[in-house]
Amino acid sequence: MSEPRPVSRGLTAIDGAISLIAILLVVQMWLLTATLEAFLAGHYEVAGPGALISAVLFAASFALYRFIEAVDRAGVDRPKT
Amino acid sequence: MKLWRDEFSIEAAHERYVARRQFGKFLVLTSFGMFVGNFWILARSYFRRDEVFSRSLIARASDIPKGGVKLFAYPGPQDPCILFHTHSDRYVAYSQKCTHLSCAVIPAADGQRIECPCHHGFFSIEDGRVLQGPPPRPLPRIVLDQRGDELWAVGVDLGSGAEPPAETKA
Repeated sequence: MSEPRPVSRGLTAIDGAISLIAILLVVQMWLLTATLEAFLAGHYEVAGPGALISAVLFAASFALYRFIEAVDRAGVDRPKT
Repeated sequence: MKLWRDEFSIEAAHERYVARRQFGKFLVLTSFGMFVGNFWILARSYFRRDEVFSRSLIARASDIPKGGVKLFAYPGPQDPCILFHTHSDRYVAYSQKCTHLSCAVIPAADGQRIECPCHHGFFSIEDGRVLQGPPPRPLPRIVLDQRGDELWAVGVDLGSGAEPPAETKA
């Protein structure tokens, strides 16, 4: 049984990372709408935790993007066969 | 270096990487936009918490018959509100913007409810809570202060329970 090609493995890793970013983004969208709804209803106390969690989600998305870049760079730098 | 190399700098084998990287960049930028939105709400909450409302004379009680209404603007000239003299002989006032999509609310035909004619949302005339339809929140209540025959608006209660409900008997 042959090993998967490096390019294919890299693409799988990137696809996985992008899927995770997409999931985090959906959570962030929900968080923004829920926080806005609470703000308009006069519940100002939820704005702080909402912003904090949104910052954590953005940091996680950014870290995953850096991972994509690293995998991408490794794929591009690989010597041609 | 050949000209075509500059124009087509990405090799076919790496094209998939680039497409995914650009899509990932788009997602992360969108994520940053969501964070900015949440931060904007935080900033607005911080400044709104200390909001002070002015006193404003909105009507004379004797001018509004039982079941009657009067339109006014509070706290600013761009904030339409509606004052009711209910059948239970109370004066209550609410923002006239529906909490669904900001259509102007009006008294319902039965005189017991407030209606948003755009999407048939109904609110209680007694406390502004949602009775029916798509509005997600109660109508913001204008806090009234009656001095003799004069009705003064003194604040806005968004329905968070921050201020106790005030009753203004006729």
